[in-house]
Amino acid sequence: MTSTLTISDLTKRFGEVAALTGVSLTVAPGERVALLGHNGAGKSTLMKIILGLIPATGGKVTICDAAPGSTAARRAVAYLPENVAFHPALTGEEQVRHYLSLRGERPRLAMGLLEVVGLAHAARRRIGTYSKGMRQRVGLAQALIGHPRLLVLDEPTSGLDPVSRREFYVLLDDLAAQGASILLSSHALTEVEARTDRIVILSKGRVVAEGSLADLRRRADLPVTLHVTARNGYATDIAQSLPGAIMVDGALHLTCMQADKLQTLGRITDLGDKVADLDVLPPSLEDLYSHFSQGNAP
Amino acid sequence: MKRILSTASTEFRIALRNRWVTIALVLMAVFSLVLSLAGSAPTGGLGVDRLSVTVASLTSLSVYLIPLLALLISFDAIAGEAERGTLSLLLAYPIAREEVLIGKLAAHLAILALAVLLGHGLAAGVAIWSDQSAVEGLPALWRLSWSSILLGATFLGAGYALSSLSRRPSGAAGLAIGLWLGLVVLYDIALLAAIVADNGGWFTTEAFPVALIVNPADAFRLFNLTASGATAAAAGVGGAADAIPLWHSLSSILVWPVAALALAAAAFRKVTP
Ligand SMILES: Nc1ncnc2c1ncn2[C@@H]1O[C@H](COP(=O)(O)OP(=O)(O)OP(=O)(O)O)[C@@H](O)[C@H]1O
Ligand SMILES: [Mg+2]
Repeated sequence: MTSTLTISDLTKRFGEVAALTGVSLTVAPGERVALLGHNGAGKSTLMKIILGLIPATGGKVTICDAAPGSTAARRAVAYLPENVAFHPALTGEEQVRHYLSLRGERPRLAMGLLEVVGLAHAARRRIGTYSKGMRQRVGLAQALIGHPRLLVLDEPTSGLDPVSRREFYVLLDDLAAQGASILLSSHALTEVEARTDRIVILSKGRVVAEGSLADLRRRADLPVTLHVTARNGYATDIAQSLPGAIMVDGALHLTCMQADKLQTLGRITDLGDKVADLDVLPPSLEDLYSHFSQGNAP
Repeated sequence: MKRILSTASTEFRIALRNRWVTIALVLMAVFSLVLSLAGSAPTGGLGVDRLSVTVASLTSLSVYLIPLLALLISFDAIAGEAERGTLSLLLAYPIAREEVLIGKLAAHLAILALAVLLGHGLAAGVAIWSDQSAVEGLPALWRLSWSSILLGATFLGAGYALSSLSRRPSGAAGLAIGLWLGLVVLYDIALLAAIVADNGGWFTTEAFPVALIVNPADAFRLFNLTASGATAAAAGVGGAADAIPLWHSLSSILVWPVAALALAAAAFRKVTP
């Protein structure tokens, strides 16, 4: 067994709606995979099938050599559903203690888990009094129970503030370093860009792109943007020698294809002293995402 | 086993905080006290002890109250989790659906049992305190206690089944009220109407006894009244059925809890979160 999760040719239909079509995907131990896609692209559906909560229409899913929903698979997988709201009458600690018991772990570990997600101070308060982000943290705490081989997290950072998001990804790094596989969905592309090993873009239930960020950049072959700041008075000179450049807020903006990048850079260096500063901006994940999800897939 | 216990204690805690425990205990205590105080008034040489009189009136009350309490406690069990989104999480845990149901049932049944035992204890206390001979009614009271708990289990199971079928708390609440009205109130009215119209014919002699036995609430009343030989004194549906052997109603109140829970398990198994 080399991969924790293997999905091959998975199809799911809800009556007329084709939620997933021919999805194949593998996740290796220690790998962090981000699932991106528009609303309704099929991310949550894919996750529910992996967990065995809903049956697939066709295709095959294996988790650590077990079928989705089997006891072995459920022992190995932790899940965080989207928009989960725990019972308002319980305290955070009571809720996590219960989940620990369900996994056959000692309930005493609850405080430690809540500390990890930064909720220790509110552990004895009822969940009904929690803020949205605090409720999300209860969900994260329960997903860390035991040593899951695979974490399936549906929009785990929704509702978290920027600092907590960063802490959350540090947590994931630790888990991945210990060999856990992570499959998460998100609409926050910038955080995904920095903190995951591989990106899978779903569009209308199909995988339209898959690979590391560098892979996707290469494949999309989107133009690179160059920002050139001229020394006082030389802006027009530079604009003349760089056809296609446009003035934006005192800097010259220029785009070129990946293949022409070095050549263009050479032309800029030739300008010598006239150039005060130069920034090279590769296409962002947002650009890649729109490129692939609008059906420009190769 | 640990999973079931944890589910049960969590559910009990939730019910405690939602005041279901208080409501159930207070209702049963108040009604039992009122009925036993009323039953302690001079019985006018009827030849029955005071506790037995109280048991007869408690039986009539329990037929309405126990199913209502059980349905109110149980209607949210599955639908509430589905709406909050915790059901999909729960089902992703290594716990069988049956274990979830058994855990919830254990907590909810414990609440009902506490309420029943408290109410009946108070009733016994009042009756015996005012009349020593009331100890003769204790067996009848005990019979009422355990059959009330079984009746509660039946309607808890029905509540879980409705909760699984509707998947939304508001829908489940509507179905629960409908079931209560149908089985506990309208059923008897319909039977009485049919008997009156039938005027001693086939319905009264053949269909009516069966109709009483298959309804868990009627079987409960019938069992308690038959067992204490009070059918003659009881009015209405109970009075019309003293010919039915005790074991018929006894089997009904024993079989129904199992059947209702099996139904609940079947309905819950069909739920996809
Ligand atoms: N139970 C269901 N019955 C019918 N259709 C469904 C059901 N669940 C999902 N769908 C449909 O399947 C498609 C995929 O939904 P899904 O929830 O997987 O999207 P998503 O990628 O998670 O979107 P979001 O980013 O909004 O969470 C949608 O068209 C949705 O309407
Ligand atoms: Mg979703």
